[in-house]
Amino acid sequence: MLKIAKKDLASLFALIKESGELYLPVKVAEQTNFAAYEDGAEFDLDTLKSVKSPKDVFFPQSETLYTCKNEGKTIKITPEELVDQPFVVFGMKACDVGGIEVLDRVFLSDPVDSFYAARRAHGTIVALACHEPEESCFCKVFGIDAAEPVADVATWMIGDELYWKALTEKGEALTEKVSSLLTDADEQVVENEKTAIRAIIEKLPYSDLSLEGWNGDAVAEKFDSKLWNELYKPCLACGTCTFVCPTCQCYDIKDYNTGSSVQRYRCWDSCMYSDFTMMAHGNNRTSQMQRFRQRFMHKLVYFPANNDGTYSCVGCGRCVDKCPASLNIVKVIKAFGEKGE
Amino acid sequence: MCTEHKNENHECTCHTGYTLDTLIPKVGIITDIREETPDVKTFRVNAPEGGKLFEHLPGQCAMICVPGVSEGMFSITSSPTNKEYQEFSIKRCGMLTDHLHTLQVGDPITVRGPYGNNFPVDTVLKGKDLVFVAGGIGLAPLRSVINYVIDNRADYGKVDIVYGSRSADDLVQLKEIRELWMKTEGVNVHLTIDREQEGWTGNVGFVPTYLKELGESGQIEFGVNTISLVCGPPIMIKFVLAALKDMGVSKDKIYTTLELRMKCGVGKCGRCNIGSKYVCKDGPVFRCDEVDELPNEY
Ligand SMILES: Cc1cc2nc3c(=O)[nH]c(=O)nc-3n(C[C@H](O)[C@H](O)[C@H](O)COP(=O)(O)OP(=O)(O)OC[C@H]3O[C@@H](n4cnc5c(N)ncnc54)[C@H](O)[C@@H]3O)c2cc1C
Ligand code: SF4
Ligand code: SF4
Ligand code: FES
Repeated sequence: MLKIAKKDLASLFALIKESGELYLPVKVAEQTNFAAYEDGAEFDLDTLKSVKSPKDVFFPQSETLYTCKNEGKTIKITPEELVDQPFVVFGMKACDVGGIEVLDRVFLSDPVDSFYAARRAHGTIVALACHEPEESCFCKVFGIDAAEPVADVATWMIGDELYWKALTEKGEALTEKVSSLLTDADEQVVENEKTAIRAIIEKLPYSDLSLEGWNGDAVAEKFDSKLWNELYKPCLACGTCTFVCPTCQCYDIKDYNTGSSVQRYRCWDSCMYSDFTMMAHGNNRTSQMQRFRQRFMHKLVYFPANNDGTYSCVGCGRCVDKCPASLNIVKVIKAFGEKGE
Repeated sequence: MCTEHKNENHECTCHTGYTLDTLIPKVGIITDIREETPDVKTFRVNAPEGGKLFEHLPGQCAMICVPGVSEGMFSITSSPTNKEYQEFSIKRCGMLTDHLHTLQVGDPITVRGPYGNNFPVDTVLKGKDLVFVAGGIGLAPLRSVINYVIDNRADYGKVDIVYGSRSADDLVQLKEIRELWMKTEGVNVHLTIDREQEGWTGNVGFVPTYLKELGESGQIEFGVNTISLVCGPPIMIKFVLAALKDMGVSKDKIYTTLELRMKCGVGKCGRCNIGSKYVCKDGPVFRCDEVDELPNEY
């Protein structure tokens, strides 16, 4: 176990930046989100959750895939270059690291998405334990331990110090690079912190949420439930829940005409939008009820069916905090639980 | 520092397993255009240096794109046994397809694929009697199988093809149907159109009704060794399945294709997700008893 004084973090970040890009929570206009760190930027390690999840470090909200240029009677296709420089993401929480593991199952399964894979290969994740989990958090329900994040490096912010422990080869390499700033630390301090965090988690309102009945075999029974007809009603189809979510992966592929060429880019999309499945001869999900149902069925039934029981939700609670209509996955799970459906 | 993926095939040797991403298309050149019907054209596509863009299996699809216009999924209607080119039959019905219909021989498009699964030509279908049932543009995916079967004639039993459209002018691939399919030993073609038309001597009536007549009069036999392959508009498929059921054909002896909105083609963008299946990857070909197990959302 190593540590560094909180007041020296700016030097730590400067040193990390010497060998590549550094992404960390930065406060802009009172909102904290992960962004590339510039010297002097206001980094914010106190806010528990960034507004958007940090998934866009690996799966950007928008990224060019290739560029097409008409050249006489042919088209010149230039694939976008893959990320080929190492970078570090600092301060990801255990739930968001879990979110990346869900995205790995999507993008690293055959056929591998090389754009995502290149970022995963070059990125080192330094996770930060959650000093004080909040009311909307329910990562415990998905077997995630906010007190002990599993990433390349795990860190804990305790008092005026950041405790640091490398967990992988990549983590060791990064630790080596910044070793001049780290000093030996007492493991017991971190053990006490873990105990304190877990005690908070035990008392959170959703920590005892039961996922009983939600699994890959429950397709027909859950799909046909009458509960959806009531549950979806307040939904505005704004898509906020999908954009803030660390595990939502739906995307669109579109054109951007630069004037002299056409860039084909992909960007996040949302299954909550009415045109998501629109076709020339009709739409297979015509109502918001169907679209609402799709989002939750995918997270709690279809995804587990394809991924050894892993849910496509990590209990980060962002949808709980951000939905303008106070809808969220907790409400869905609870409604089914109460009705015994 | 990775510079290797800058080579011509965009292959990268420093990241093991990273090759050209399946989302990056190739350039295809249109080398022939046939006007099949007032709104369907068949496009022949070659690699710029000649030959095929890639190998495929009957039933697989590809994403065709006109950069700056749009991209769409289309069945590869030619058979893999065709060693020279690939063909797509495309119905004009929107932004991309309208534009494709304005293209000329020699024009470039981009193509990525092949995507999806295929009809089980080398396993389940081998040695079986085959009944193909198609409506309109639905012949496109089946034509690939039919020509594959004709080119490997000895491997399959009797073949019946029931094909219908609104009018005689809306039947695609008529030349090939008359000059090849109708002349092949053991292949029977049964054409039908929705309404009477001058000069038409074939059957008049909807595909499901005609299929039932053919079955009940014994012109087509549905035995234990018969597999049916059905493609067409959703409404036709519905009634064809009902007709087959009436004739005692069980669903595990029927194959069909599903058509859903698609973007990536590789089971990642989420668009074609039905239950735990991605139609672009786990489909588009499904056995009908498998379709029944999916949530009713297609
Ligand atoms: C597996 C599969 C195989 C297909 N095979 C053929 C074929 O062989 N011949 C043929 O003519 N058509 C085929 N289609 C349908 C074809 O993809 C659409 O007709 C085409 O994309 C319409 O595009 P558009 O821009 O002209 O229409 P618009 O209505 O302008 O398209 C708007 C958007 O909707 C999407 N879209 C519209 N209709 C469909 C549709 N039916 N399926 C999927 N996406 C759609 C388009 O990609 C586009 O993004 C197939 C579709 C699928 C999914
Ligand atoms: S559930 Fe809430 S956040 Fe999601 S689309 Fe509906 S209104 Fe928007
Ligand atoms: S569904 Fe809600 S709680 Fe679950 S991971 Fe997504 S935003 Fe977080
Ligand atoms: S088209 Fe993207 S998942 Fe099927």
